Amino acid sequence: MSLVTVEDLRVGFPRAGVRAVRGIGLTVGAGECVAIVGESGSGKSVTARSLVGLPGPGAEVTAARFEIGGRDALRFGERDWRRVRGGFAGLVLQDALVSLDPLRRVGDEIAEVLATHDVVPRAGRARRAAELLASVGVPEPETRARQYPHQLSGGLRQRALIASALAADPPLIIADEPTTALDVTVQAQVLALLAARKAEGTALLMISHDLAVVASIADRVLVMKDGVVVEEGPTGRVLAAPGHDYTRTLLAAVPSAASRGTRLSAIAAGGVALRTPLPPREARGTEPILSADRLTASYGSRRLVDEVSLEVRQGETVGIVGESGSGKTTVARLLLGLLEPASGEVRLRGERWSGVPERRRRRSRTAIQLISQNPLDSFDPRYTVGRLVAEPLTALPRHRRRDRVSELLDRVGLDGDVAARHPRALSGGQRQRVAIARALAPRPDILVCDEPVSALDVSIQAQVLDLLAEIQAADGTSLVFISHDLGVVHHVSDRVVVMRGGRVVEEGHVDEVFFMPREDYTRDLLAAVPTLGRTPGRTPG
Amino acid sequence: MTVVKEHTPPLTGSPRPRGAARLGDLPFGAIASAALLAVVVVAAVAPGLLTRADPLAADPLRALAPPGGAHWFGTDHLGRDVLARVVHGAGHSLSIGAGAVLVAVGVGLLLGVLAGLAPRLLDEALSRAFDTLATFPDVMLALLVIAILGPGTGNVILAIGLAQIPNYARVIRAQTFVVRRSGYVEQAVTFGLAWPRLVLRHVLPNALGPLPVLATIGLGQAVIAASGLSFLGMGPQPPSPEWGTMLAEARNYLRVAWWQAFFPGVAVTLTVICLTATGRRLQRRFEGRRS
Repeated sequence: MSLVTVEDLRVGFPRAGVRAVRGIGLTVGAGECVAIVGESGSGKSVTARSLVGLPGPGAEVTAARFEIGGRDALRFGERDWRRVRGGFAGLVLQDALVSLDPLRRVGDEIAEVLATHDVVPRAGRARRAAELLASVGVPEPETRARQYPHQLSGGLRQRALIASALAADPPLIIADEPTTALDVTVQAQVLALLAARKAEGTALLMISHDLAVVASIADRVLVMKDGVVVEEGPTGRVLAAPGHDYTRTLLAAVPSAASRGTRLSAIAAGGVALRTPLPPREARGTEPILSADRLTASYGSRRLVDEVSLEVRQGETVGIVGESGSGKTTVARLLLGLLEPASGEVRLRGERWSGVPERRRRRSRTAIQLISQNPLDSFDPRYTVGRLVAEPLTALPRHRRRDRVSELLDRVGLDGDVAARHPRALSGGQRQRVAIARALAPRPDILVCDEPVSALDVSIQAQVLDLLAEIQAADGTSLVFISHDLGVVHHVSDRVVVMRGGRVVEEGHVDEVFFMPREDYTRDLLAAVPTLGRTPGRTPG
Repeated sequence: MTVVKEHTPPLTGSPRPRGAARLGDLPFGAIASAALLAVVVVAAVAPGLLTRADPLAADPLRALAPPGGAHWFGTDHLGRDVLARVVHGAGHSLSIGAGAVLVAVGVGLLLGVLAGLAPRLLDEALSRAFDTLATFPDVMLALLVIAILGPGTGNVILAIGLAQIPNYARVIRAQTFVVRRSGYVEQAVTFGLAWPRLVLRHVLPNALGPLPVLATIGLGQAVIAASGLSFLGMGPQPPSPEWGTMLAEARNYLRVAWWQAFFPGVAVTLTVICLTATGRRLQRRFEGRRS
């Protein structure tokens, strides 16, 4: 018997004039894992939330058939929904820090679910909460249960959230992007945990934007786009032989070792997605244009960066990978001259770049530019796009700035009339293009990209990565590319530096490091990356 | 993920431009307080439009006449028209209030930005100075200043302004602090902008955001403090028609002529309520826009 049966589900927000879900069908059987994959705005989250009666304020839900646990959910009142939530379906959301009450101990959070659904008598609740934490692999569960969410790491928080979702032993778990905010190694642990629950007979409905995450765990996949399911089928079949062009473009857009040297934004037509080659890059110089020698930086007594050395040559891309807290961003700030190293030296174009007065550094500032993860943060909130892009053009006479701005916007594939608009009115991809145009404005030799595509959908990420590659080929710009995403780094980098705890663990040519890692940590990192299963060579043996 | 958010209309470029809310959308209180404030401003700027009578013309024969046809608000103990005095008093009270706010905003802005940009030690010193200043109740501090400088309109402005400095300085310091460490200031550094230009171009304009709101609410507080000080005889001296001074004069006739105290009292109360209500409204809108 299926736990959830939905036919022609429609969810609209009449007041906002939005039809988020436009007629989808869905069944989830006992012990089955169904995944809904799609980009932001596809309606996947609204679908998941509708299944627990939380489609959002002002939503109108209609369906030809909407059965939960064999009962007609269209006639559910608030009381029925409350019984569904937690009791029938446990909900796991993306960010556990937001989903857990910051003022409540983790154990109490879980005990509340036990109390609401009256599973365990009052006296046994604390012990049961600890047992649940233990069952999701939280070490020292009794101690952890007495701690607050902020005292737990991201991975432990996510496990605690899963424990609270499991508390009332629901036959179904709905997980909305459960691993998106986590590092790869932690993501692998959480996925293994969910897989273990599935093996014990719990059904799983997983929402994700990441096809690779879904590949390892789902039995069936639904690909959503603009509120409809464009493709549906067994995971293996959908990934290996996608039947819809959109699925094909999505798959082609995933960067990996295999995609090196080709465009990611492929045109899918006639049943195949073709990746066209990128323009070749010009020959590189041998002298490093930017070099860092045994850099050290600390915050209080904590060493953020410990003896990090690296070199960047002209036209080359150097990738820096590492998990959160590994010191990647601090290295970027040191290279940009935004932070003085405690010891060590940075040299830019052969000249000293660290340890010199700001006045001297200012002249060369334009040679090295930053593209950050969240462009909105790096934009003055009062500025229009045109003013933002013109800001670095201080050397240019005023009347020529306008032409240069439209030239730059054109270069990053934006319409000239975007100049008059405010970045807040643009999409994430467009904003990142504006950030790139701005970084290119002073004609820099080096671009430092700090997680430039991490906040973007796969297809938008593909476009932005293609754009960066084109610029690099045309201008011979060097790139320092920082990312936690090993696939992205493998796609773009010539050489790669693996960081952990502020130190360089391993470095070398990207193929060497990723195909034949010397260090255990690199091997663990690579092994934790979920793969689509058909990308060759990504999982080391 | 955030389907709903993705589809909400963009913040800018919505069909109705910002600030052009239709009158019908506003609650009654907002319209009423704005209208009353308009009347007060007219009274302050052009009192002749609201009353023909001379606020200083005494007529002992008609002293303490109750409100009626010739004198809508009655007359005081010297036979002066209370309406005329209330109307003309608006100018005194508002200009003291506005002067005080100007002093407080000017000094507070300067010190606040300085503290926000300064090295830690100077910032600490300034911040503790703000704290010290803020521990005294406004009116008490103002009284202290007047005790030293002596009474008079100018000194009242200075005294109230001084007492209000920390309100502005603290907020501006915090704003400057945030903006200074923001991504866009950092980005501007990478463009090779020098600090003075950075401060003028990015830090100042973005740190000033909450000022209009604060100043509106502060004006209300300043008006009431000004009336209080005048009531105690520290401000404009009789026969100037200042609301606080009028209340002080009316004190002795409360039993026989309630109107002499009632109308200036109502004027102070309504002005302050309207200023505060409008300020809070602006604040809500401002914060709503930011979030």
